Amino acid sequence: MSNPAPNEIPHLLVHEEADNVGVVVVEGLTAGTDMLCCITHDNSTFRLTAGDDVPIGHKIALTDLKDGGTAIKYGEDIGKIIADIPRGAHVHTHNCKTKRW
Amino acid sequence: MASKYSNVTFQGFRRENGRVGVRNHVIILPVDDISNAACEAVANNVKGTMAIPHAYGRLQFGEDLETHFRTIIGTGANPNVHSVVVIGIEPEWTKRIADGIRTTGKEVAEFSIEQKGDFETIRAASWAAKDFVHKATEIQREECSIAELWVSTKCGESDTTTGLGSCPTVGNMYDKLLPEGITGFFGETSEITGAEHICQMRAINEEVGERWYKMWKAYQDDVIFAHQTDDLSDSQPTKGNILGGLTTIEEKALGNLEKIGRTSQYIDILEPAEQPSSGDGLYFMDSSSAAAECVTLMAAGGAVIHTFPTGQGNVVGNPIVPVIKITANPRTVRTMGEHVDVDVSGILRREQTIDEAGDELIDMIRRTANGRNTAAEALGHREFSMTKLYRSA
Repeated sequence: MSNPAPNEIPHLLVHEEADNVGVVVVEGLTAGTDMLCCITHDNSTFRLTAGDDVPIGHKIALTDLKDGGTAIKYGEDIGKIIADIPRGAHVHTHNCKTKRW
Repeated sequence: MASKYSNVTFQGFRRENGRVGVRNHVIILPVDDISNAACEAVANNVKGTMAIPHAYGRLQFGEDLETHFRTIIGTGANPNVHSVVVIGIEPEWTKRIADGIRTTGKEVAEFSIEQKGDFETIRAASWAAKDFVHKATEIQREECSIAELWVSTKCGESDTTTGLGSCPTVGNMYDKLLPEGITGFFGETSEITGAEHICQMRAINEEVGERWYKMWKAYQDDVIFAHQTDDLSDSQPTKGNILGGLTTIEEKALGNLEKIGRTSQYIDILEPAEQPSSGDGLYFMDSSSAAAECVTLMAAGGAVIHTFPTGQGNVVGNPIVPVIKITANPRTVRTMGEHVDVDVSGILRREQTIDEAGDELIDMIRRTANGRNTAAEALGHREFSMTKLYRSA
């Protein structure tokens, strides 16, 4: 864990320690950005390099996710991974799907 | 135990049945679709009244008809409504609705069109409406306790920022105000899918939780799985949700459920448009996740203020209930600021805590209860959508 610069605004928010995806909370995030990431549950921070241009509100993988695995957010199962996703890459409907319908 | 919220008061309208309203509408309420024109003509004749046209009310039967009656009667009975002119095509259902509203003690005048025509009906109804406007405009607001507020919630055009910011803000408000004795509503049955195990656990006891689960499961089996053509990924999440970054119904549901905070528990389950009868506390209303339908049902259940978290920017309002819009999405604040009442985008920048955002919402609820018009009121959003359970006869 690194300490963010004073008043530095996070690029990515993560709900829980157990989550393997986080949410981009700034507009215009580009691939290669050294992101300040914050876990809202305990305000701890870490850094991660964005692998893609990702719009605000969309998700990024915090670890390498494997096809057939499970996306975890809020500490809960939010769907199945349907393609290998490298750490830092965009996670959305093209590589993650509901288990419900 | 007294908290800093115990002494919050507002200036409201105390009604004959003891309930408190925050608006003082005189409404012209059609029983059915074909009475809309007469209602609109009366509202045009008499300034200070509002017609509430809608699409249904003929040849409905069974549970669908009961939902229609509950919705129309509940709308008239809502304490934000001072008095009601009811107009229907024939006298019997018109009387049933008028009498249903009269149980609150408020003034109701009823008119039916058959054998009179629109002209005669509009003439007679306009006299009644004018009398109601004179009476409504003479009554005064009086000091009311925060405990007397009935506050509903439903989110719309959700994205991932709703689960991070605006929904937890509403949840924080409920965690603070439910212990003070307010009555709360949440619902959106299909949108709990993926978080049903958590929602069931948030019931006050096992019996209520089991009833909740049966209700949720019945909707899954009888409606979704009975009518789906492929899967629901085109509808739940919606296209707007997906543009905003939500990928699955599970993810959407977990964000949605943030609206009931960390400690709040629901005490009972309501049918669509049913009025609570188990005392103060939080209720789950079996309801659609479509914004206008859901807000309409909760208003008919008696809510006087609606708190509406949005991510991508839903614009919905309601004719009788002020809808307070809350967003944490800075892009939505920038592009759709005219629709936003409470900007909590500071949560995403870590400049504002959920606790601070909750206090800001409580203050906006108080100001709205005192009479501040919401963005939706100022912009004329009066969406009134009846829930239709199945085809009419």
